[in-house]
Amino acid sequence: MADYTAPEVLDDIIVPSPEEGATAELKPNPAVAKFMEPLGFPPPLSADMEDWPANKEEWEKAGGGKALGLSKMGNLLEKYRSLKVYMDICVKCGSCTDKCHYYIGTQDPNNMPVKRADLMRSVYRRHFTVPGKVAPGLVGAEDFDKEMLDKWITYFHQCSQCRRCSVFCPYGIDTAEVTMAARELMDSIGVGHKYSAEIVGKVHVIGNNLGIPQPALEGTLQFLEEDILDETGHEVRLPLDEKDADVLFIAPSADFFSEPHIQSLIGYAKVFHQAGIRYTFSSYASEAANFGMFMGSYDQMKKISKRIADQARELNVKRIVVGECGHAWRVAYSFWNTLNGPFDFLDPRFPVPQHVCEFTNDLIMRGGLTLDKEANDEYTVTMHDSCNVARASRMGPNPGGQFDIPRALIKASCNKYVEMDPETTHEKTFCCGGGGGLLTDELMDLRIKGALPRVTALKQVMENDGVNYMALICAICKAQFSKILPMYGIPMDTVGGVHQLVSNAIKLGDKKGLV
Amino acid sequence: MLWIVAYLVLIIFFLGFVWRIWGYIKTPAPLKIPTTPAPTTKRGVAWRLFTEVAFFHSLFKGNKWTWLGGILFHGSLALVLLRHARYFCDPLPPYFHYINIFGVIAGIVMVGALGFLLLRRYWVERTRLISAFSDYGILFLLIGIGVTGLLMKFVIRPDIIEVKVLMNQWVTLQGVGNPMPSDILFLVHFVLVLALLLIFPFSKLMHMGGIFFSPTRNQADNPREVRHIAPWAAKAEAAEKK
Repeated sequence: MADYTAPEVLDDIIVPSPEEGATAELKPNPAVAKFMEPLGFPPPLSADMEDWPANKEEWEKAGGGKALGLSKMGNLLEKYRSLKVYMDICVKCGSCTDKCHYYIGTQDPNNMPVKRADLMRSVYRRHFTVPGKVAPGLVGAEDFDKEMLDKWITYFHQCSQCRRCSVFCPYGIDTAEVTMAARELMDSIGVGHKYSAEIVGKVHVIGNNLGIPQPALEGTLQFLEEDILDETGHEVRLPLDEKDADVLFIAPSADFFSEPHIQSLIGYAKVFHQAGIRYTFSSYASEAANFGMFMGSYDQMKKISKRIADQARELNVKRIVVGECGHAWRVAYSFWNTLNGPFDFLDPRFPVPQHVCEFTNDLIMRGGLTLDKEANDEYTVTMHDSCNVARASRMGPNPGGQFDIPRALIKASCNKYVEMDPETTHEKTFCCGGGGGLLTDELMDLRIKGALPRVTALKQVMENDGVNYMALICAICKAQFSKILPMYGIPMDTVGGVHQLVSNAIKLGDKKGLV
Repeated sequence: MLWIVAYLVLIIFFLGFVWRIWGYIKTPAPLKIPTTPAPTTKRGVAWRLFTEVAFFHSLFKGNKWTWLGGILFHGSLALVLLRHARYFCDPLPPYFHYINIFGVIAGIVMVGALGFLLLRRYWVERTRLISAFSDYGILFLLIGIGVTGLLMKFVIRPDIIEVKVLMNQWVTLQGVGNPMPSDILFLVHFVLVLALLLIFPFSKLMHMGGIFFSPTRNQADNPREVRHIAPWAAKAEAAEKK
């Protein structure tokens, strides 16, 4: 693997001046036919992948790619009001230009949200509007040609769909919507991203992103049970595929194998143990994550999440609770009801789905858990809001619950809590730099640079307040930060889940069976 | 000739605007995507949209200078348009005399704000990079309209009686056979306004109507409580079940 150098962290987040083409060469690895075809996408334009994505001659010769792409664009414009409206109404006010973590980190002007969206907007103007057809030069309209596709491949894979730009846009233009549409369009003409396509393929066949088969999952859960027993003396269960449990628990599959994810998994198990509520994991629906969203594909997203709805019926559970995962929570909270609903076969007294933070918080509120804050006294904690939780979902009955509830859990579990710069938290939070299907090695340079704003804010509280734990509720954030923080000279165990803190603080055996 | 063009422009403006809005109406939003924290009720959504339209709430969060330029321009434009009732309505509602002075001040503020927005667009490197000819063009057009308007008010006054008769007949659709306006400054002012109306439905000026259709702003945050489904998705679902 190549050596990477992290950019210098300054005292504060500064908006750099643009540097044309700074990350033009940072491209995703292409998905080959083997990954594309099972998803119903055409094979890549060029069979010879050596020169991908520069298979420009093929692209031009075919002409089909362009025609196909444009017809797909027309189709998307009919299906998505967001896309249609956002193609039209941007006034180029510039409010978003300094808001993207990738722009701040890379200085590439095509990473300014408006410029990124303009890559599609210019094609839209050229082929779908009167002024673009009559006077393309005057309105910034451009052909959908090989150079344009090349830029699409690059820059629509330098957006993590974090929606920070949409907070500051006077019209709420959401670049994530544009990126999703662009990726769906590219998939439809055989230009896919290997990372996402491969992962989605694995979910359809095995049931989770990591490709963990049932026996391995079972083994891991048993091992964890023994581990917890050794450590605490309590028989905390992590059951798999148990029929008639009250709760079907859907965790991101990283929680089963990765550090620090697994610490939160142990935390969930302890909470259920104390609550005395029967729950189960599922080997068929062993994934909360849904990369169909990153691909921008309604159909893929629906197909992936259908496994969960099917399994809830099959196992005859009453509720579904979702683990710590950002985009998974967006899909679950915002889209499940649309994609796989109605969930009228579940207990109507509980929201469908429920976030594990809502679940745990509810128990705390009702006095169902005893938490020993001193168990976390070695930590001074701060909270990183994950983008999809912050800007695309909610917890609890009130707007903003997605900020308050995880913080309530943290504060119930530790004595020392500090907020980062308010310009970098809550709805204004910065992406970790690895979201949106970009958590892949070939984009490492982008991931490092994209983390710069968050790292800057973190370093401030580390230096000023002695923060040594950044709590969060997203599997991708956890994986990204544990890899990237060391490159900035920050220990990797600075990052951890909210339920890791709960796990440390929870007193087992004191109370049980409240609910 | 001018008047025939003027009527054509009026038709294109109205039909074009309605056609674009109809396009937004008939295109479904298949998923719940409000930018959260978002209101959970329809009433809350109405308030959110109001704060966007009246106060540019999101832009305020984004960039204070752009917000200032934007709100001054739009606010004064509203006052100027209101003041223009005096050229179209006969008789003028009595209270309109009181807002006249505000309209005049607003005219000056409007041109100033437009100048500021133009300079900012050019001088800030990031906004310069995102600007096409049309972005400057619209600003110049608006400045042209504003400056000719101010010149007529303060420097070379046209025959206001003639203008008022022409305008009155134009908007009441009786002006086809009218002669050309005798005042050149007014003619320029009027032609520039026609140009603005002509490009309106085909340009970013559609943000005026489009904002109300932006799903990140106009959706209530209630996906768990209410099942939201687009007609095309419902159709696919029905086909699957068969």
